[in-house]
Amino acid sequence: MHARPHALRAALRRLGATLRRIVGAPDYEAYLAHVARRHPGTVPLSREAFARDSLARRYDRPGSRCC
Amino acid sequence: MSTTVAPSPPAGRLASALGWAAVAVAGAAALAVLALSRGETVNAAWLLVAAICTYAIGYRFYSAFIAAKVFALDDARATPAERLNDGRDYVPTNRWVAFGHHFAAIAGPGPLVGPTLAAQFGYLPGVLWIVVGVVLGGAVQDFVILCASTRRDGKSLGQMAKEEIGPVAGFTALVSVLGIMVVLIAVLGLVVVNALKASPWGTVTIGLTIPIAMIMGLYMRWLRPGRVLEASALGLVLLGVALYAGQWVAGRPDLAATFTLSGKTLAILVMAYGFAASVLPVWMLLAPRDYLSAFVKIGVVIALAIGILVALPPLQMPALTRFTDGTGPIFAGALFPFAFITIACGSISGFHALIASGTTPKMLERESDARIIGYGAMLMESFVAVMALIAACALTPGVYFAINAPASALGPTAQTAAAAVAQWGFVVTPAELETLARQVGETSLLARTGGAPSLAVGMAHLFSRSLGGSDAMALWYHFVIMFEALFILTTLDAGTRVGRFMLQDLGKHLWRPFGRTGWMPAVILSSALIVAMWGHFLWQGVIDPLGGVNSLWPLFGISNQLLAAVALCVGTTVIIKMGKARYAWVTLLPLAWLVVVTMSGGAVKMFSPEPRLGFLAHAGMLRAAQAAGTLPPGVKSAGDLSRMIANDYLDAAVAAFFMLSVVVILADSAREWWAVISGAKAARSSEVPFEPRAMVAGD
Repeated sequence: MHARPHALRAALRRLGATLRRIVGAPDYEAYLAHVARRHPGTVPLSREAFARDSLARRYDRPGSRCC
Repeated sequence: MSTTVAPSPPAGRLASALGWAAVAVAGAAALAVLALSRGETVNAAWLLVAAICTYAIGYRFYSAFIAAKVFALDDARATPAERLNDGRDYVPTNRWVAFGHHFAAIAGPGPLVGPTLAAQFGYLPGVLWIVVGVVLGGAVQDFVILCASTRRDGKSLGQMAKEEIGPVAGFTALVSVLGIMVVLIAVLGLVVVNALKASPWGTVTIGLTIPIAMIMGLYMRWLRPGRVLEASALGLVLLGVALYAGQWVAGRPDLAATFTLSGKTLAILVMAYGFAASVLPVWMLLAPRDYLSAFVKIGVVIALAIGILVALPPLQMPALTRFTDGTGPIFAGALFPFAFITIACGSISGFHALIASGTTPKMLERESDARIIGYGAMLMESFVAVMALIAACALTPGVYFAINAPASALGPTAQTAAAAVAQWGFVVTPAELETLARQVGETSLLARTGGAPSLAVGMAHLFSRSLGGSDAMALWYHFVIMFEALFILTTLDAGTRVGRFMLQDLGKHLWRPFGRTGWMPAVILSSALIVAMWGHFLWQGVIDPLGGVNSLWPLFGISNQLLAAVALCVGTTVIIKMGKARYAWVTLLPLAWLVVVTMSGGAVKMFSPEPRLGFLAHAGMLRAAQAAGTLPPGVKSAGDLSRMIANDYLDAAVAAFFMLSVVVILADSAREWWAVISGAKAARSSEVPFEPRAMVAGD
């Protein structure tokens, strides 16, 4: 564990991203990466604004719910 | 996971053919053991083998056929996730992660409750319908809709119904989804009420999940914005605290009395909760519960699988019971069509079509991923249903019927219940029933209809057998009840909100401001309306001496199958318009079966002369009692009696409405199919035109 802290951290981050995607939670880091890659030059939302905006998107037109 | 089978050397092909032949033989042998056993107990392992082998064959051959021949899934074609990538909704996602997302979205209490109830016919009808139904029906529906939606940038089922079939079918689908939502929420509410009534432990534990969600909400809003995983971890720890808090309260007579609530009180609390969740800002209650319950769902499924695989219990229930003739105490109605209506989710569930045309199509990285996600995740859900069936059938039948039959059939005490069970041909002693109730930390388990308590007893049995012994039974029981109630209430609160939006959408045509989803008066009015709609059915279920499940669950089953019929009509239309009419039997086969099942089930529920079965006959019986000035057994007051009569007519009307919807959508679809096949209308697919996949690494 002491030997490769970076590898461990990267693995944890991947696990976190996977869990977020499964439950449909917003992923700020992925969003930042997307903005940097696809829309260079634009200022991304702050973490807080992103969280609020994601919530609004998810629930303003709620999809459906399963039994 | 390529859709075209690569040419393999003859030796490899032979080995593969032999391997698949072995799978087929193993599956057939397991089914034969299940079907032919008479008298002796069968181990659950046979059920698992039969299911897994059938799934493997269905996935390997049938889903490959649909992928290659019907849709010709093409990995060179860019998916919406790639073309419309916005880094948020449309994101190319690893197929296993997308599988997890899709499974968490389609899984719910349905596949747990339906098979538990249908176990009254014995294990055989349930397992056959779950396994065969999913391979030829449910998984096909999910897969076809996922493919159709993916090729249309993730359009919803409602949009596709309107655009592919026509406005009449589209509107009927919209209204029937609202009706289905109302019945679904009511029946799920009833399951929770029956699990919590006269149970201080359960009531306190579930009650605490509301402040837990609010703490999570505050955490994600103000303390650490957007940190869903941290908040969920916190929530899971607090759920453990809530479990012990419930036990502590139940152990103190003064406090326990305060939290020992009647069905009516609980029903009102559930309605208040649904209203609050629909009106309050989503960050406060709905969103945190949503995340928590997604984790919990996956956890329950894994726990159930481990419990069953470790214990491999013998099935105590016979293959077939005498109740296949329709005289069952849990719900009335013969094997056909009621086994096929009772088990909806797990075999085929129309609701999945809403998910398969919702978030999932926006995540596919490659077209061929639709096979494992659409077809594969539904097989997984079916496997959950098989496990729920095992948990129910591993109970002693006497115990199973004492928990699931209504109070009117069992009488008030363990003695009367044991006598009633003996009349049905099963054995259980009053002492056994009392001991079991004490072991799980309840005063009584009798007549806890709705399936959740019986599943919890079954799972507690499995767990305590491998972990903790009978001392841990109570904790395991309440652990399962907590998780079931948590994700049922999450369906209920989110469903209320969805229903509210649909109501506002329909209502704005009458009064414009009603449609404004951010305007408080409209929000309150529409939320109150939708809660009143499902609350009415919930209340009816609570006061019903037949236990409520008897009338509500078949209505839910019929409505869910109606939605599946809509989805299969859309699927058939899409296939025909692709110029693949020769393969339309893929969706027409399950569609034909569903139409037969829903129409005969609906007709029986309306017109059967047997009062336990037919709504109109039941109303007639109650009216006769009313005219004679008497109260039928189990009915508490003259007011309840007249309400019950009105409810019977309402239920009959709802059944008629669902049947009429099936006819309208089918007729409208058939008109469109005929127009295309006869050449009157060009077979023009509305798919987004082909664009080659860029295959950018990463993003």
